[in-house]
Amino acid sequence: MNAKISIQQVQKSFRVRRNLVDSNDQKKPLLALGEITLDVKPGEFMVIVGPSGCGKSTLLDLLAGLTRPSSGQILLDGQLITGPNLDRGIVFQQYALFPWKTALANVEFGLQTKGVPRKERRDIAQSFIQLVGLSGCENRYPHELSGGMKQRIAIARSLAYDPEVLLMDEPFAALDVQTRETLQSELLRIWEATKKTIIFITHGIEEAVYLGQRVAVMSSRPGRIKDVIEIPFDKCTKGEDVRTHPAFIRLRHQIWDLLKDEVERAQAQERGDTLQSSR
Amino acid sequence: MSNTPMSNAHTGDTLVLLKKERTTQRRQRGMRLTFTTLYHVFKRTIVILLFLSLWEVAPKLGWVDATFFPPCSEVLKAWWGLVQSGDLSEHVEASLARSLGGFCLALLISIPLGLVVGWWKSVAEYLNPLLEIFRNTAALAILPVFILLLGLGETSKIAIVFYACVFPLLLNTISGVQNVDPLLIKSARSMGLSSVSLFRRVIVPASLPTIFVGIRQAGAGSVLVLVAAEMAGAKSGLGYLIQYTQFSFQIPEMYAGILSISVIGLGINYALVFLERRLTAWKSTYTDG
Repeated sequence: MNAKISIQQVQKSFRVRRNLVDSNDQKKPLLALGEITLDVKPGEFMVIVGPSGCGKSTLLDLLAGLTRPSSGQILLDGQLITGPNLDRGIVFQQYALFPWKTALANVEFGLQTKGVPRKERRDIAQSFIQLVGLSGCENRYPHELSGGMKQRIAIARSLAYDPEVLLMDEPFAALDVQTRETLQSELLRIWEATKKTIIFITHGIEEAVYLGQRVAVMSSRPGRIKDVIEIPFDKCTKGEDVRTHPAFIRLRHQIWDLLKDEVERAQAQERGDTLQSSR
Repeated sequence: MSNTPMSNAHTGDTLVLLKKERTTQRRQRGMRLTFTTLYHVFKRTIVILLFLSLWEVAPKLGWVDATFFPPCSEVLKAWWGLVQSGDLSEHVEASLARSLGGFCLALLISIPLGLVVGWWKSVAEYLNPLLEIFRNTAALAILPVFILLLGLGETSKIAIVFYACVFPLLLNTISGVQNVDPLLIKSARSMGLSSVSLFRRVIVPASLPTIFVGIRQAGAGSVLVLVAAEMAGAKSGLGYLIQYTQFSFQIPEMYAGILSISVIGLGINYALVFLERRLTAWKSTYTDG
């Protein structure tokens, strides 16, 4: 067994506190994730795709060590994950840059936590800002950057402290289409340059097929891994027109077929939730 | 009537300038820059100048009783008299010492306390109702209590300023800490930050803008409350000066005292705004031409 990250029979349930609903419902814990088992190989680009509310972000929080699974375990290099650590870097959809710090200082943030000396810190941060293509913007504050630039800085920040695994939670979902596609190909370039293991969460099927070496499809709540699809493209030959390639389209359809029922069920669940809470 | 024609001339000049500028081409950057600053100054001062002119004219034309409402020039003369005799500086010194004393004491206690209380949500939930009651109890209503307990001396005055400053500072600090974007905390925690460094490197800087709202409220409050306290019982200070001059019918001097208070209040506010700009510079926008 040579997995970088090994998710073993992980379940996660929440106790939902709803003030409006009668007390019977309150006692029932909500099962967000139902038995997830998934291995991610070293250096692999793994995409997890699923309908909204299927527990994708819950899974990511577990991987980050921000919450603990209700049962099962997650191993990183065979070691049990017990809490957050700099061996995993997270990139959030909403960037989560510190608004009072310049781009450079934001990228230095994790390095400072790691105890890297000031001079070295600056050099490393600068090189990662260069890697994400934002040289010259080091001294700008986040509010002076566009959404795409913010996300580049956030990626640089997570890469700078050299984590083993990069966890990305729908990082491009808030961006416009052009910026998103540019950043997708940039991310592949960065992945090839840094050889990081990446776990990338999205609800975009095309994004999943374009980025991933394997795509894990999740079911609606309680989230399970429904299937894992191999994407047999060689990343290096992925050119500009790969999205129109017949094989690409076929894979997209295959994943859509897997997801279709789940999306419908997830939407029904959401409607049910709204009805319940408005009762 | 010395001020009126002058201010009118000033207005006229600016208007002529404005017309001239509109007709000339705006290619010359330097020219345009001086015009913009002039226009800015004009916009900021015109209403004040008009107000001062009205103040000057109204008593002189008999619209109001000049005995109780002396013209601006006379008040300024009285003010200059107070400056020269050294009376004013003595009173200002006494007032500033009290209000700064109470204000700084409140800063030293409220901000650390607020940071701690805000961090422990349950503590804040227990404390908030009581703090709200205290904040909404007008400081001056408690003044008699302070005088009873602490006497008429400096202690009771510093205490009342302290009281007036503590609650806006405390409540703003608490809400500043509580309203830090949870995503920033999550992001910092995911980088393995300990609670102490999370507090120092994320919570404190993120809540600084809200804390500053409290600092400015406290700054304004400190002067307000102090003057009233000095009127109630004191032997020095600007509040005392105003009260005393009114009793002894030195009306221009009384207005001079009032004027000094507005200038000091304005000064404190600008100083705090300046400090705020320096400390939260990251909020100001890039203006790069």
